[in-house]
Amino acid sequence: MLANYGYKDGSGEYFITIDTEKCNGCGECVEPCPEHCFEIGPDENDPLRDESVASVIPDQRKKLKYACMPCKPVEGEVTLPCEEACQPRAISHSWYHS
Amino acid sequence: MTTEAKVEYFRWPESRWTAPDNDWTKASIITGGVDVGSVSSQGVIMADGELFAYGSMRTGSDSPNSALNAMNWALDGTGMKLEDIKYTVGTGYGRVNVPFAQRSITEIACHGRGANYLYGPSVRTLLDMGGQDCKIIKCDERGKVETFLMNDKCAAGTGRGMEVMAELLRVPIQDIGRLSFEVDEEPPPVSSTCVIFAKAEATGLLESGWSVNRVLAAYCRAMAHRVNELISRIDVVKDFAITGGIAKNEGVVKRLEKEMGIEALSPDFDTQIAGAVGAALFAKALVEKG
Amino acid sequence: MITAGIDMGSATIKAVILNDGKIVGRSMIETGKEKEELAQQALDEALEKAKLSKGDVEHIGVTGVGYKRIPFADKQTTIVGADAKGALWLYPSVRTVVDVGAEEGRAIKCAPDGKVVDFMINEKCAAGAGTFTEAMSRAIEVNLEEFAKLSLESTKSIPLNAQCAVFAESEVVGLIHAKTSKADISRAVHDAIAARLASMTRTVGLEKDVLLIGGVARNVGLVDSLTRDFGTEVTIPEDPEFVGALGAALVAAE
Repeated sequence: MLANYGYKDGSGEYFITIDTEKCNGCGECVEPCPEHCFEIGPDENDPLRDESVASVIPDQRKKLKYACMPCKPVEGEVTLPCEEACQPRAISHSWYHS
Repeated sequence: MTTEAKVEYFRWPESRWTAPDNDWTKASIITGGVDVGSVSSQGVIMADGELFAYGSMRTGSDSPNSALNAMNWALDGTGMKLEDIKYTVGTGYGRVNVPFAQRSITEIACHGRGANYLYGPSVRTLLDMGGQDCKIIKCDERGKVETFLMNDKCAAGTGRGMEVMAELLRVPIQDIGRLSFEVDEEPPPVSSTCVIFAKAEATGLLESGWSVNRVLAAYCRAMAHRVNELISRIDVVKDFAITGGIAKNEGVVKRLEKEMGIEALSPDFDTQIAGAVGAALFAKALVEKG
Repeated sequence: MITAGIDMGSATIKAVILNDGKIVGRSMIETGKEKEELAQQALDEALEKAKLSKGDVEHIGVTGVGYKRIPFADKQTTIVGADAKGALWLYPSVRTVVDVGAEEGRAIKCAPDGKVVDFMINEKCAAGAGTFTEAMSRAIEVNLEEFAKLSLESTKSIPLNAQCAVFAESEVVGLIHAKTSKADISRAVHDAIAARLASMTRTVGLEKDVLLIGGVARNVGLVDSLTRDFGTEVTIPEDPEFVGALGAALVAAE
């Protein structure tokens, strides 16, 4: 499943996508995020599946633009700690500058 | 919110339905689904995985009795009682407020399942617009979710956005679609995405002489465009279907179909029940799983 | 040299008259459909206060949204540039400017010479600007000034889940029904918008001294919330709405 967490408003579109087919529930993404955006648990949108996967915590989903600001400078190269930490490359961001 | 006589322009009419010739006493698994939304709530009863009854009523999710009221509304006149329902799943914004449910499941999962049942296994791309959110779901032939995107942060592109306009223009929501086409020519869309700025823009248009219908057309066009932008994030695959209150607003549906270049499947049921239907189906699956 | 600066804001138009580095007249009027006429009107009013006439003005600078559509102005500046210019002229030690208008929130990082180093704008979303606090004050039926003061009387911090002005309005009405105090609600609202502005400011780089400008700088509740979030004092100029227009007038004098 491609789980797109985030939103679109007047100022833009901000989504973090987690590919739950690639995600192995390792949890390496949790620590490196300075805003504690990720958690590991059962896939809430696949109630008949038991394996744990990563998701964006509910409290951050509607604030993603601001939650991710510390890792996204106005200009320059961006390497995101969450994308870097994910070995299976299950995490991707839809935007880099606001 | 005005304090004059509460004319509720912005709420869809209530509905109720029972399957004709369906003797529920012969069914082996009776399950329930309740979708508690911000503006309306739906109760659905399935008998052996077939739709038996539903009720859609205006409630607020802040009312602790929304869930029970919706379910009682579905049960009304059927002879069935709440105790006869073996397993109930709650879904929607207020799914934690369903005291008689055995489990709560997300609206994403429930809408995929529900649309698959209501529209048939050919549905692959689903747009659901509720009172306070907009969901885009891709599912397989069993209604299992393959991709989803949910926007519940911003009122634009949600039922609430349309409600604000209905209130401003004093047009009942069920008339918006029809009236939006009673214009000489299609106007340019409202330029603001933000509902608050769009409301100010609409006020300005009215003051400059635009008719109510023309403003409705401009707003429906803008909403269709915004939704299409969101849908374009995923790879749209036919068949395409729409659920939620918005499916009943042809002002948005027709314009969206035009922008997407795809026709949506036509419903012959109240499109607001999809979530609760999916919930009741999950209830059956959970009973069978043991 | 006498120059004028006009700031075409989303709610108001501001005009400033500068005579050899001294502000000699200013005016602020509500904006409307006829932008060019209203800009002229604001300018005329400011000139009247300065006891000058149109002919005395050598250059007219314009800034703000839609600034390119004022043909009688001969110098155009982006609002971010004008804000930085005006801010540093008033307070040479300022390095960060936060400008909160009716429809846009902006965070600007400046160099000592007044040049813009970095900036971030929150546009097209009412939750990031003055419209947010205005809508919330209406929702609880308190005038804006009173609403701002109430924030300072709050005894506890409560969360505001909605991130949209429209949804926040429903949430606030729900809080009122649940008997939450207006003071606590007001604080939650001001803390929420302050958090958004602070996040933008940190992204461009929060460096002292910090200047808060724009109409919303008069909101004592927001100033309090922002100060707490930054953890540092925030300076507010005497007429915070006019800094953009001042900047435009300064650019016109160059």
